[in-house]
Amino acid sequence: MDIELVTAAYLGATVLFVLALGGLSNQETAPRGNLYGILGMSVALIATVLGQVTGNYWFLAGALGAGGLIGIVLARRVQMTQMPELVAILHSFVGLAAVLVGFANFMDPSVELFGSEKTIHDIETYLGILIGAVTFSGSVVAYGKLSGKIGGKPLTLPGRHWFNLALLIAAVWFAIEFVREAPAGDLAGLGSLIVMTSVALVFGVHMVMAIGGADMPVVISMLNSYSGWAASATGFMLGNDLLIVTGALVGSSGAILSYIMCRAMNRRFIAVIAGGFGTSGAAAAAGVEGGEANPIEPMEAAALLADAKEVMIVPGYGMAVAQAQHAVFELVQALQEKGVNVRFGIHPVAGRMPGHMNVLLAEANVPYDIVFELDEINDDFPRIDVSIVIGANDIVNPSAQEVPDSPIAGMPVLEVWKSKHTIVMKRSMATGYAGVENPLFFKDKTRMLFGDARESLTALLRELKS
Amino acid sequence: MRIGVPTEIHPGEKRVATTPDVVKQLLDLGFDVSVQAGAGHAASFSDQKYQDAGAVIEPAAKALWDSSDIILKVRAPEVHGDAGYDEVDLFRGGQCLIGFLWPGQNGDLLDRLAKIGVSALSIDSVPRISRAQKLDALSSMSNIAGYRAIVEAAQHYGRFFGGQITAAGRIEPAIVLVIGAGVAGLSAIGAAKNMGAIVRAFDTRPEVKEQIESMNAEFLMLEFEEQGSGAGGYAKVMSKEFIDAEMALFRQQAEEVDIIITTALIPGKPAPELITAEMVQAMKPGSVIVDLAAEQGGNCALTEPGKLVVAEGVTLIGYTDLPSRLAPQASQLYATNLKHLLTELCPEKNGSVVIDMEDEVIRGATVVNDGKVSWSPPKPPAPPPKPVAETAETDTQPETQPEKTPLPSWVGPSIALGVGGALLALVGATAPPSFLDHFTVFVLACFVGYMVVWNVKPALHTPLMSVTNAISSIIIIGALLQISSGDKLIAGIAGFVVLITAINIFGGFGVTRRMLAMFRK
Repeated sequence: MDIELVTAAYLGATVLFVLALGGLSNQETAPRGNLYGILGMSVALIATVLGQVTGNYWFLAGALGAGGLIGIVLARRVQMTQMPELVAILHSFVGLAAVLVGFANFMDPSVELFGSEKTIHDIETYLGILIGAVTFSGSVVAYGKLSGKIGGKPLTLPGRHWFNLALLIAAVWFAIEFVREAPAGDLAGLGSLIVMTSVALVFGVHMVMAIGGADMPVVISMLNSYSGWAASATGFMLGNDLLIVTGALVGSSGAILSYIMCRAMNRRFIAVIAGGFGTSGAAAAAGVEGGEANPIEPMEAAALLADAKEVMIVPGYGMAVAQAQHAVFELVQALQEKGVNVRFGIHPVAGRMPGHMNVLLAEANVPYDIVFELDEINDDFPRIDVSIVIGANDIVNPSAQEVPDSPIAGMPVLEVWKSKHTIVMKRSMATGYAGVENPLFFKDKTRMLFGDARESLTALLRELKS
Repeated sequence: MRIGVPTEIHPGEKRVATTPDVVKQLLDLGFDVSVQAGAGHAASFSDQKYQDAGAVIEPAAKALWDSSDIILKVRAPEVHGDAGYDEVDLFRGGQCLIGFLWPGQNGDLLDRLAKIGVSALSIDSVPRISRAQKLDALSSMSNIAGYRAIVEAAQHYGRFFGGQITAAGRIEPAIVLVIGAGVAGLSAIGAAKNMGAIVRAFDTRPEVKEQIESMNAEFLMLEFEEQGSGAGGYAKVMSKEFIDAEMALFRQQAEEVDIIITTALIPGKPAPELITAEMVQAMKPGSVIVDLAAEQGGNCALTEPGKLVVAEGVTLIGYTDLPSRLAPQASQLYATNLKHLLTELCPEKNGSVVIDMEDEVIRGATVVNDGKVSWSPPKPPAPPPKPVAETAETDTQPETQPEKTPLPSWVGPSIALGVGGALLALVGATAPPSFLDHFTVFVLACFVGYMVVWNVKPALHTPLMSVTNAISSIIIIGALLQISSGDKLIAGIAGFVVLITAINIFGGFGVTRRMLAMFRK
């Protein structure tokens, strides 16, 4: 295959990737978008194999086949509640790939460049490996945190900002060393490259360790973005526009998601990355008045729901933990049979990754046209008879609007307290991730249904049907 | 321990301190229950019902008092008008009395009970904190009084509450003014609203505005800088200027409205006079005033406590027994409040009462204990002085603002453009042409990604991540370029990269497909 033909195929793949992302603008066109993505990837792979690969075909086929098989099995087996973990571990693969491709490229003697081209190429190699290594180790830690293998608490080392700064300086220092040494040839500068890779790995680990559970949506989006930039840097290194474009698409997509998540928590990106949420503002939270929560039994809750005409369900991470999405849908069906208008209100950072709740509800067969975003639904709460909060806390905390010095002040929240009644399903009175007392629980119109979300929902359903 | 529930002897009192339903719950707490014969009669609860619920029926008051350890009453003990005996004399040492004792007005009674050695808990002294809401009998009674006030008003008002357009002409809706939006006031607003009237409400405490508006009533604002919130959620005495402004508002409203419900009370003080004789005169003939503060002297100058009078063509209702007029309902709520208090008093559920003076709620309710009058409980803290903080903030804001004057809007973009331009110039001056080509592609791709991704629905953010994950595995091309290398190490590394990126490609697209298939309308 001619190199021109390969380039044309790459152009086609680029267009298909853009269409793939474009297709996700709504649920009807999304499956088609995914198909475009698959098609684009196939075109790019076939063109590369036909045009560029000159040997080791069986080895290639074996690796591709084995990886593909593992991928398909993973995709089939994964539970929807585990999606964040899966995404995190897949990100780590992209990061690792970027590191390895960078090293292999560096060691490949067939690449011969001189002068400023050589310098730029070395910088590109260095950057590709650096970003790849951060993505890799960060994603592995994120996976550990999301799957519960590592504790969710942020690790706040003393002087952690100085530590990060030291790592950054080291990375820059070794970049200069590397660029100075590399032109000598014969793997000169490999030492600097390896040291830098270790520094980047440590940085990735430390960065994600310092971030707590509920900031995970930001971290996941950020790692998503990094994996894109890593691909892009590799593209620069290889002089391959397809990699550059695809990496840039993915990188900006992740960056936008990070931005959306930060805005949904009213936090600055830098503050999230610096980690250790709640250490500065926690003292200020003391002003919030406590009180006695008013518990409710499933029987009474069922009576409330049976009398309601408009019901809003606000799910949070607790619903995912309790695997309660199917029970939620049964409740929705039972209420709909009684002529109750049931809708869902989803906060952008509910759950552990962007759009997590939507996927869980979709898995439980909840039709997506009754699932609404915060902006779409927030004004409707005064007309709602009963709001049901399932395993959510900070995203329905009125302090965000009422207490100016609260750590979550200014964060957009679902205004459930404006509805006529609110039932909060919760395991205990513990505070949410932000460590902020939630005055919602002490409001007159709020009743607490304590216990595991799935069991509470089942009990509620039984009472509703009897 | 045995709980005794006597027949109320106050003339006209129809309520009873427990109901058959609550008797069962008291038995569950481990108590025995005796009820005087005929105690629930006026509230439509027969002796048979009490007996069925598990209570013992005692024929006479004396026998009931003798056999019981705890006496539940509605009204404070008093002298029986006909039989001539005094309820206080029936007590013996060690007994416990629970009821509306109004310790502020009944100092003598408390002294007498203390002398006998009776412990007394006054349900009206329960502190108004969230935890004690379920035993707040005052709120229960106020709720009923507010409802009943509207029913009484409707009976004496010669027209409909709700407006109608009929073949026989148009019916204007009644306009109801509720003064004081406490529990009774809000209950009256709700009842009047349900009957179709136009409801206006006034309160000196601005924080109740939201509650009033949540019931679709109109909150009458007084343009005045003073807060009427006192300790324990009650109103306080206002300044003269405020009262003048308030009176002007009422005078104007009196001409417009058909029905006025007044509920304004200040704890420990006679009720403020809000509706003067002159305002009554200004009202339309046939209008109705229900004065829920009649017992404390009345909010209206012309009301007479306990009576219905007509003055200047306006019906003035000063009944002081409104809860008793809904005796079954009032008894049910009151009995439940008492049950909650007994639950607090009997944490072990073993039928014996412990008066724990460390407990804020029990401490507040206990007015006689250990032979001593223990009334005058510590006052609950006043509501947090939010308004003060707010005004302080508005005071300081103008001072700090000038320091933080934002830069003109063109400064930010100009700096960004300047820095961007300088960087591009630097790149252009040093980088080789091949890099610039790639760089152009890169920057444009970032913009395309930015535009495309903003259009993605938030609901599809998870599929977006998994699909971007799959396509970022395009990095596999880097490995494909190296896999044919003669160097075993490089080929090996490339093979491994192909393996993991293949997991990513197939896994990412696969799981995206699976997720997208789940979304359904």
